[in-house]
Amino acid sequence: MFAYIIKRLLYAVPIALAVTLVAFLLVHIAPGDALNAIAPADAPAETIAALKAAYGLDRPLPVQYGLWLGRALQGDLGASIASGRSVTSEVMAAVGNTLSLAGVAAVIGVLAGCVLGGIAGYRHGGWVDRIATFISVIGVSVPHYWLGLVLTIVFSITLGWLPAMGAGPEGGWFLDGAHLPYIVLPALTMAVVPMGILTRTVRAVVVDILAQDFVQALRAKGLGNRRIFRHVAKNAAPTVLAVAGLQLGYLMGGSILIETVFAWPGTGFLLNTAIFQRDLPLLQGTLLVLCLFFVLLNLLVDIAQPFIDPRMRRT
Amino acid sequence: MLSLRKRLLPWLALAPIALAASTGAWAETVARYGISMADIPLTTGQPDRGAGAYQFTGHTLYDPLIAWESNIGDRPGKLIAGLATEWKPDAKDPKKWLFTLRQGVKFHDGSAFDADAVIWNLEKVLNEKAPQFDAKQSAQVRPRIPSIASYRKVNATTVEITTKEPDALFPYQLPWFLIGSPAQWEKMGKDWNKVASQPSGTGPFKLDKLVPRERAELVRNADYWDKARVAKTDRIVLLPIPDAVTRGNALLNGQVDIIETPAPDMVPQLQAGGFKIVKNVTPHVWPYHFSTYPGSPWTDIRVRKAANLAVDRSAIVQLLNGLGQPAKGQVDATSPWFGKPSFDIKYDLKTAKALMAEAGYSPQKPLKAKVIIAQGGTGQMLSLPMNEFVQQSLAEVGIQVEFEVVELENLYLHWRSGAKGDINASKGITAINLGYVTADPFYGITRFVNSKYVAPNGVNWGGYADKEVDAKIEQLSTTFDVPTQNKLLADIHQKMVDDALMLWVVHDVNPHAISPKVKEFIQAQHWFQDLTTIRM
Repeated sequence: MFAYIIKRLLYAVPIALAVTLVAFLLVHIAPGDALNAIAPADAPAETIAALKAAYGLDRPLPVQYGLWLGRALQGDLGASIASGRSVTSEVMAAVGNTLSLAGVAAVIGVLAGCVLGGIAGYRHGGWVDRIATFISVIGVSVPHYWLGLVLTIVFSITLGWLPAMGAGPEGGWFLDGAHLPYIVLPALTMAVVPMGILTRTVRAVVVDILAQDFVQALRAKGLGNRRIFRHVAKNAAPTVLAVAGLQLGYLMGGSILIETVFAWPGTGFLLNTAIFQRDLPLLQGTLLVLCLFFVLLNLLVDIAQPFIDPRMRRT
Repeated sequence: MLSLRKRLLPWLALAPIALAASTGAWAETVARYGISMADIPLTTGQPDRGAGAYQFTGHTLYDPLIAWESNIGDRPGKLIAGLATEWKPDAKDPKKWLFTLRQGVKFHDGSAFDADAVIWNLEKVLNEKAPQFDAKQSAQVRPRIPSIASYRKVNATTVEITTKEPDALFPYQLPWFLIGSPAQWEKMGKDWNKVASQPSGTGPFKLDKLVPRERAELVRNADYWDKARVAKTDRIVLLPIPDAVTRGNALLNGQVDIIETPAPDMVPQLQAGGFKIVKNVTPHVWPYHFSTYPGSPWTDIRVRKAANLAVDRSAIVQLLNGLGQPAKGQVDATSPWFGKPSFDIKYDLKTAKALMAEAGYSPQKPLKAKVIIAQGGTGQMLSLPMNEFVQQSLAEVGIQVEFEVVELENLYLHWRSGAKGDINASKGITAINLGYVTADPFYGITRFVNSKYVAPNGVNWGGYADKEVDAKIEQLSTTFDVPTQNKLLADIHQKMVDDALMLWVVHDVNPHAISPKVKEFIQAQHWFQDLTTIRM
């Protein structure tokens, strides 16, 4: 197992490198100028040239990338061109906020998806199945931006129950009384996609498992539905875990739209700003950290799976 | 004898009243302000994020040598004394300006403001070799103070600034240049990033807290040198909310008390909810800037005039739910620089069609033109529908416009390159749509018509060159009397309009939506707003 973990961690290195290289090239291929982050639109040519020299943007692209990579390997992601603040501190603050949001959204999405999918699988072909499938299709298809606005209009403006935006006061635990109201609406909005995907996955897996011979055998042995459900759940768990892990990874990337609608200061919000300002160090740093998170989450899922399904240990 | 309980009872009954009274006396007044930016602008001295950012972290924390009068709303402001009490050109050499500095002013950190501080701040943005030089601040302000050639301290209360050539409009550049504390920079280990969270200026507010991308809290500077501008609210919390609908929702929900630029679609809902929409004449225009180089379809003045007459601007204002004002030129008709143009810009389809017919075009035989526009960010929230409206209006008179739609940052590249630049010429682009801030004579008028500033030397994008206009600009540079300056500027503007140099569509009105909790907010006719006027 230890060798497996090391091998997987080593795989993360080329993935992270590729992500940063692609991000670097995309920013340079895109029209516009990295100096738009700091130079006014009508800055004269000599100001632009002086700034390019000051930020090393006048050097050849491979040199720029190499220098950034050299610093990143030493744990220094540089400073944002726009704000001058450390990219590491900017990204970590945003990751903390997105982690809170993604965590709550994942819990809601996975729980709702498992329950709905499980019921639909057990009631395969019936009206309950159709309703659950309909909900899952809605979950996957509904535009986030629209849903966020509708939820805000209903719960913040009409009913006045929840705040319309922001992450709450500074400091404190994200689920304490002062912060909890702020996370409800963005988390619900964010949870609909994993909920939809999980519902469909769980439904398909449950239907498949229920049709297998061993379930018939269990029934023939006289096991009750509750004990059979335990076997079904155990068999479904690895697939559900793999899909849930992927979904959490996607959620960690933050949703630019959701974080914008709710002015949630997470990674999506940060990426949005970095992209529009062509703030290359911030963009690269954020993508690198998110990529590492994604790889780490998948690794954790892979490590957890053999503990849930002993058959995977043999393979 | 009364029992202790009975004796205490009257006093206990009074306790809640006393508590309420004391709470009232000590309660801090707080205004929560939803701003349209994605982050708090730079707090180190020279804000980034454009002219609109100066009201938040510029003129709140710092003062300029010469300020802009921003605490009045019923007329355009004017230049007023800031940290300099007097300024005048040297009688013998008009390139030299002498500034008499205000005495007794202290920075928020307690250090004294003097001539050394002014020189130190000039070095900070103009001298790359100075230890305090900050590339970020320099990039923001250098284009705003292009006339400065050199500077020197004359004595503790006098500074001399020399311009590259005689420039009577030089004082208009100085409200952009803000003075920070050298002592604070030393105290923060000469680290501008540390100064950002603990800045020190002489302004009417001090920065109490900065949480990047989330909030900045400004507290009243009770010792502010200008007693008439001591803030009326104890604390102003700036909250970046870039999405207009989210800002509106936050206001409706009571999370903020004031927002800038509400979404036009939300205006009726906000008004119905008891919120007030505040707007005013604002130095901003949203035009199509024509190329007048040979080969451009806009070289014919009849076509340019027809384009200006083809657009029903009141319909566009209606589309904006009233958050705009029909443009009759580069500046608003109430501006002292408007003049008396003979070409009256209005909606006159008949004349527009006649002009196009005279030029040899009609809807059946249209003139083709390519205009570069951005998908957003040009100063109007509904820029795409507005562009489509203009496109349809022009088609009605026989001008078939094709759009080249790019991202805003890319549009700036096209702008800086000028119509003749390869980036535009190779694609046949002959007009560009951008928002222009018209707050001062240089930014608003002369840089677009001065033949010295033909792109890439400046932003005279279309290559406009007129000897009469150039002569007036030359005359303006040595005219130090303000009424005569205004007259010259009016003449230049008049010529711009009569030549239909651009297709002027609407002026912004810098709308704000405010909660009934806000008792007073004076909106100046400028991008500089005075947050000290907010009273809760």
